[in-house]
Amino acid sequence: MSERIVRVASGQGFWGDWQEAPKLQVRTGPIDYLMLDYLAEITMSILQKQRERDPAAGFARDFVPLIAGLTPELLGRGIRVVSNAGGVNPGGCRRALFEAVAEIPTSRPLRVAVVSGDDLMDRLDSLLEDGHEMRNMETGEPLSTVRDRVQAANAYIGAAPIIEALRMEADVVITGRSTDTALTYAPLIHEHGWAADDWDRIAAGVVAGHINECGAQATGGNTLFDWRGVDLEAPGYPIIEMAADGTFKVTKHADLGGRVTWATVTEQLVYEMGDPVEYITPDCIADFSTIQLRDLGENRVAISGVRGRERTGMLKVSIAYRDGWKATGSLVYAAPDALDKAIRADEILRARLERLGLKFAEIRTEFVGAGACAGRSPDLLPEAVRQGLPEVELRVGVRSADRDAVERFTRELAPLILAGPPSVTGFAAGRPRVQEIMAYWPALIDRDAVERDLEVEVSHA
Amino acid sequence: MKIRLERIAIARSGDKGDAANVGVIALIADAWPILVREVTEARVGEHFAAVCKGRVERFELPNLGALNFLLHESLGGGGTVSLMLDAQGKTFASSLLELEIEAAEEIVSLCDRVRTGELPGR
Repeated sequence: MSERIVRVASGQGFWGDWQEAPKLQVRTGPIDYLMLDYLAEITMSILQKQRERDPAAGFARDFVPLIAGLTPELLGRGIRVVSNAGGVNPGGCRRALFEAVAEIPTSRPLRVAVVSGDDLMDRLDSLLEDGHEMRNMETGEPLSTVRDRVQAANAYIGAAPIIEALRMEADVVITGRSTDTALTYAPLIHEHGWAADDWDRIAAGVVAGHINECGAQATGGNTLFDWRGVDLEAPGYPIIEMAADGTFKVTKHADLGGRVTWATVTEQLVYEMGDPVEYITPDCIADFSTIQLRDLGENRVAISGVRGRERTGMLKVSIAYRDGWKATGSLVYAAPDALDKAIRADEILRARLERLGLKFAEIRTEFVGAGACAGRSPDLLPEAVRQGLPEVELRVGVRSADRDAVERFTRELAPLILAGPPSVTGFAAGRPRVQEIMAYWPALIDRDAVERDLEVEVSHA
Repeated sequence: MKIRLERIAIARSGDKGDAANVGVIALIADAWPILVREVTEARVGEHFAAVCKGRVERFELPNLGALNFLLHESLGGGGTVSLMLDAQGKTFASSLLELEIEAAEEIVSLCDRVRTGELPGR
């Protein structure tokens, strides 16, 4: 029993990731579970908006044809799927999946679980009345200050409902705002029978989940170590091979591209990291300073020694609220003196906005190609480089509580083509789009206030 | 000798709200003390002075030969509020690797051999 290895493969690192990856994970070699992460902080508010327009929407639509197409192979090989594709409408996601699967011949009906209860939108007022203030973790303000503008509110939930769904023999588990890492560690807890207070082993699962949750970023994508040498045309996404004792290996299918080394895995370990000794999840606090990593060669990296501590009594809540409007547009200026022309155009644009008396919370100008990325600036360019720039993109963004002001801004870029500095192009995309800003409000809530309402329900196609 | 940080380290960056995170990883175990000595909160703050409006926090991960930095108030409000081209801090990592540091020549040449694949690295 202790020798048993459970393989959890990563198939999507975000909504919009490479669609071939999950298919290759299923078809190229042995795996036990396929995890698919679709949700980022911004995603929930987008999905909530979609659901307002159409009650049947509000989930990651890509998931449906993907899983429907894979169903015969998933059932044939006994591979189970865990995904947060449900967004703000996991039930709707399952209905769409059942409709799609109905047209596909399968060996037996697909059993699909829906986990719900993370969505706090409908009970936000009663939670506030009960004294759950959900203060902003950064500013300390209570949620009541922006209550009327809240667009989405979801608790990051842990492994328990996913484990329950797997016990109920679901082939596919669809959740809402499950913690990204739980999509990997819930099946590991289930398969290895780890106790709910086995903090070290659960922490090992969290580390595995962190490696899996960004897809190819752990297998050679985005690597700064020998990036020219990595074959990324058809990369293998990461696969975790977890032993019962909480030690594991990171690998990929041998027949696919990509690369698994100490460098690719360590880069992913430090990605989006805060305090490494306090990596807080709903099911434990993992200590990343205890990770022992060994490169075994041949695309295998061994991880051991992971320690964890008791989980906290709180869950994190991801809240999105409407916070004004923004738009960003650009024009391209060509040499000679490309940067000087772009700077002049920016001055003219700002003067015109000023004359119109428009109020903005922020106007931001960046000169793409002359130092717009972090730590760089046109001011830092040596004179010879500045003079030699073949072209520069002037990129201007504005933000305001006044939608009309932002709308008017979008009409002030095009006039610069005829009534501005010379050698200008790059306006083919047309007027910039006015976007509503969905600001992020991170908060904490008592675990019990959420977990008493979590539901798991399995049905088959 | 004076070198750019990229000779002895790799890095990756991302966002945590309005803070950018930059993890820096030594190519060999012997390069780790150089990171600790040279890549200080003060120097990182200076390097990102144009974008970092808040404080810089450094965390040590000797087990991974890594340092993790949080650069607070660096992403123009973060998430969907930000008007920045790099609102998620993705390019902070390669920028930090341009930092000039002092390093012993023998360590640098060992790191060069890791890069060419002659030596295995960490």
